[in-house]
Amino acid sequence: MQLEPRENISISRVILAPLTAILAAFVICSALILWTGESVFEAYGHLFKGAFGSRFAISETLNRATPLIFTGLAAAVAFRAKFWNIGAEGQLYFGALAATVLGAGVITMPSILMIPFLFLAGAIAGGLALLGPVFLKTTLKVDEVVTTLLLNFVILLFVNYLLEGPLKDPMSMGWPQAAAIIDEGVLPALLPRTRLHIGFVVALSAAVMIWALMRYTIWGYEIRAVGANANAARFAGISINRTVMLVAMLSGGLAGMAGITETAGTKGYLTLDLSPGFGYSGIAVAMLANLHPLGVIVSAIFLAGIYVGSDSMSRAVNIPTYISDVMVALCVLSVLVSLLFVKYRVRWK
Amino acid sequence: MADLRINGVTKRFGTLTANDNVSLSVAGGEVVALLGENGAGKTTLMNILFGHYVADEGSVEIDGKTLPPGSTDAAIKAGVGMVHQHFTLAENLSVLDNIMLGTESLFSLTSKVGAARKKLQHLAKEYNLEVHPDALVGSLSVGERQRVEILKVLYRGARILILDEPTAVLTPAETEQLFVNLKNMVASGMSIIFISHKLHEILAISDRVTVLRHGAVVGEVATKDADRALLAEMMVGRKVSRPKAEIISAGEPIVELEKISIKGDKGMPMLLNEVSLTIRQNEIVAIAGVAGNGQRELAALLSGMQKPDGGSLLVEGKPVTKNNPNRFLQMGFGRIPEDRHHTGTVGEMNVWENLISEKLRQSPLWRYGRIIDFDACRKKAAELIEQFDIRCNGMETETRLLSGGNMQKLILARTLTADPKFILANQPVRGLDEGAIAFVHEQLLNARASGVGILLISEDLDEIFSIADQVAVIYHGRLSPLLNVRETDIGTIGAMMGGHMKEVA
Repeated sequence: MQLEPRENISISRVILAPLTAILAAFVICSALILWTGESVFEAYGHLFKGAFGSRFAISETLNRATPLIFTGLAAAVAFRAKFWNIGAEGQLYFGALAATVLGAGVITMPSILMIPFLFLAGAIAGGLALLGPVFLKTTLKVDEVVTTLLLNFVILLFVNYLLEGPLKDPMSMGWPQAAAIIDEGVLPALLPRTRLHIGFVVALSAAVMIWALMRYTIWGYEIRAVGANANAARFAGISINRTVMLVAMLSGGLAGMAGITETAGTKGYLTLDLSPGFGYSGIAVAMLANLHPLGVIVSAIFLAGIYVGSDSMSRAVNIPTYISDVMVALCVLSVLVSLLFVKYRVRWK
Repeated sequence: MADLRINGVTKRFGTLTANDNVSLSVAGGEVVALLGENGAGKTTLMNILFGHYVADEGSVEIDGKTLPPGSTDAAIKAGVGMVHQHFTLAENLSVLDNIMLGTESLFSLTSKVGAARKKLQHLAKEYNLEVHPDALVGSLSVGERQRVEILKVLYRGARILILDEPTAVLTPAETEQLFVNLKNMVASGMSIIFISHKLHEILAISDRVTVLRHGAVVGEVATKDADRALLAEMMVGRKVSRPKAEIISAGEPIVELEKISIKGDKGMPMLLNEVSLTIRQNEIVAIAGVAGNGQRELAALLSGMQKPDGGSLLVEGKPVTKNNPNRFLQMGFGRIPEDRHHTGTVGEMNVWENLISEKLRQSPLWRYGRIIDFDACRKKAAELIEQFDIRCNGMETETRLLSGGNMQKLILARTLTADPKFILANQPVRGLDEGAIAFVHEQLLNARASGVGILLISEDLDEIFSIADQVAVIYHGRLSPLLNVRETDIGTIGAMMGGHMKEVA
């Protein structure tokens, strides 16, 4: 068996391959569902209904997709330049810290200013969280996979300390949570009587902006060139260090904004369980989208649908919610394999 | 006696026919040269013979027995041995270890080192291929490493030896030594298939020549009836002649190196040792030398990719302080890198994106600060594709899909369109076919005529003697004085490439 690169890649193949792969992942998953003794169709029916079957379900799915779009973009931008930022989780919490420190009453502005201010602060905080790893990478060539990954735990423990100490809300009746974001800073709801807030719209526009940046600007060109062949990019006069710095600030900033949508939008205050691993899931989102910024929107909503839907599936039939993690993993794996087949054809001999 | 026949082999890759009904035979005691341009199907054919590929049609016979297709094992057992262009040796193992690697059973607890050593010494003596069995391969010269490669296939009982561009990395003296060794082997009844596109070597070593073009055999001649012009015409399919440099007098100095040094890793010798060199307008200065004697560092320095550890670099009389590629581009440096794939282009980006990569930061290609002006870029790219005859399936094609010659034309187009004052051409025709070589040389000579100073780094003395004005030899990081090409000859330069500097200086 041999792989040969395809010369012309048709658009229909690019679109059909991942869809087939996802279908395959669901078929494989049905074996696990059969194992539990439940009906596959019933289970998937509950999953779909729970994710997209009602106004409430859709709003919950989109609400869950919001931070995933941000962390997905964070991974997509960074991975495009082969900067392996695995630290979106920590950067998210740094953004959330910024929201808490600046948005819980220290500064008061009308909503129209307060909300953009919080997003900006979150982005800067997220970028700052990456400053150390970038510096170590550009000066000492320290592998950013290690530094960004380990920094997640450092930041999480730091947040833990703050929530038990200096930032602990005295009104929280002993719970480790910070003071609530003031009303002016809270993201208004998009649909009445749901948790869906304008953070979703901000996420969508961020995706469009990143897409345009990558496609139409010299920065995007440089990021793509550095990612595809850093040596040739440097030879052509592109500064690798500057490009890595730019990518890191974009990536960290986007992850930091996910912290804003969660503290100022969904939750209203910072807790230690603010993110059920949005930073890590962002990597799956980006991979599923083949690092395409607009694809991130679709794949974030899809993964959010699985997470939200599996909750209601597990309530309806006797299947643990962990099945959602298996599904996501299988989807990512099969889509990655399918993308290989988009680029290469197999020759049997 | 080994008798090889390839019968009507056809191999298709998608729409491309790499081998079209190719037949070839080699008898024991014979050297057959396989001549063809890049992409003519030489390597594919040898891969089929060696069992790496399965032919769509046709078969391979050895001593009258058909080889099972797709089995490398069977090919080795039948006595086929391949010496690849790029060596497949482990540098941190000894010669003996390298040769035994893979020949011992995985499940045997005892190692037969003693027997292996004896066999190796016997082979070395028989074919006059002297190497020390316990020397580390990393410490051997390129010529010695090739000897190890040949010993390796002999050790496995090869009687039909395939040599893929064996002289690419050798000095002229080492090449001669190789030819002596090959003749010894042939005399003892072995057969050799010698793959090359260097005509004079083929004329020197082979008994017969088979010429491949576009995957098909276009001719077979006995070497005694062939000459250079005939072979070149058969290979290319039309008459080609490489352009020659006309004599013009050089102008003002453009780039001056003054005692430039670049240190090696700790404990290793200097990579460049007080190299001084001046390149003037209207002049092509060539650096000859065997690969790995400091050319890479010299090229990196003049591309802006590396800082010197000592000495100074002057451009039009002014010292250069900032060493980065962008700064060098601004100073009017054009650079043709050695490695088209790794350094010259970004394979996954489009042809037009690569054509403008060095120009992108200059004004007419962007608007509003940082937005790429697609129309201007595409217009510029279309002009260059037309002007330099870059054959591609439209400018949106991914650059990795281009052939070597077209990729080189792309780099040349990008370099020349910037109106450089100085061009660094590092192995500009390596791996190109005759047509493309003539094109590249013509462009470089035109640039020279219009006042550009050019530094040509090359291992190909034919190239140097056809287009350069002056030549210096680099050996272990030191540079010989410049010699006028018209007042020296290939033999002298060849000797200097082997380290015999004193005879000249």
